[in-house]
Amino acid sequence: MAISSDIKPTRMELKKTKARLKTAVRGHKLLKDKRDELMRQFLIIVRENRALREKVEQGLDKAMRAMAEASELMSPEILEQSLLYPKQSAQVKIDLKNIMSVNIPQYDFITRTDAAADIYPYGYAMTSGELDDAVDAFSDVFRDMLTLAQAEKSMQLMAAEIERTRRRVNALEYVMIPEMEQTIRYITMKLEENERGNITRLMKVKDQILQDAHGYDY
Amino acid sequence: MSLYKIAVIGDRESVLGFRALGLEVYSADEDSVKDIFKRLSHRESRYAIIYVTEDFVPLLSAEISAVADELVPAIIPIPSKNGSLGLGAAALSSTVERAVGANIL
Repeated sequence: MAISSDIKPTRMELKKTKARLKTAVRGHKLLKDKRDELMRQFLIIVRENRALREKVEQGLDKAMRAMAEASELMSPEILEQSLLYPKQSAQVKIDLKNIMSVNIPQYDFITRTDAAADIYPYGYAMTSGELDDAVDAFSDVFRDMLTLAQAEKSMQLMAAEIERTRRRVNALEYVMIPEMEQTIRYITMKLEENERGNITRLMKVKDQILQDAHGYDY
Repeated sequence: MSLYKIAVIGDRESVLGFRALGLEVYSADEDSVKDIFKRLSHRESRYAIIYVTEDFVPLLSAEISAVADELVPAIIPIPSKNGSLGLGAAALSSTVERAVGANIL
């Protein structure tokens, strides 16, 4: 690593660089801790997410099949009509939870009607029982879908933060800190060299003075 | 406190069932899916979650990664009526790879 020529080998600069190195080392340790903890939390969410995804995919598969069954028993127009105006309406309230400085969303599900039996948006006269089953199946899987969305978004946000933190840890560890250490070494050596030069000069001057005063000859 | 909406994008048959749950359902085809997605994923549209059936996910990959680091919306691939293509699991591994630097799954 080349020492840039604009470093002045002065005590002032040495002191400043030492202070900066201390901060960098401390920052490096803290960031490393942050990265490790983030990673731990991340892996917990990943595991949760995998299980959930499997569950959701199975649940949806079931629900889709039930819907296909219903649509075979009913005419498409009536099916479309029955589902055209949903009774239920779903909204999401987002709260934020802070994990190691990453804001991850916590979804809170708000529905208009609470009763489970109250979700069918149609009269029973024109529709088949299979449609009820299908709607039930969708409603069953939906809770998990919401949790899945939360886990997946949290995962993405945390992955981005981990990536950022990792880069910063690496930059400190492999670039900033070695660079500062080298600067300190450079300045120290330069100062020592100056000191030696100074001593030699003093000795030389002393010799000259002695020679001038007493005619000693060395 | 703010309320957000939930949307489902997919082919007509796959998304029909979600309508009963009160989600906002958009049936799309290959040509219209990009426009629909762009409209919904905009912050001002106030969608917290957009479920997209897996058939459309490859068509939207650029748009999806554009909002990946935003708090809203969350883009969640779901299997369509044809069953799972494993894209959800693939997205999971790629996220893990991004964080860890290697695929550990």
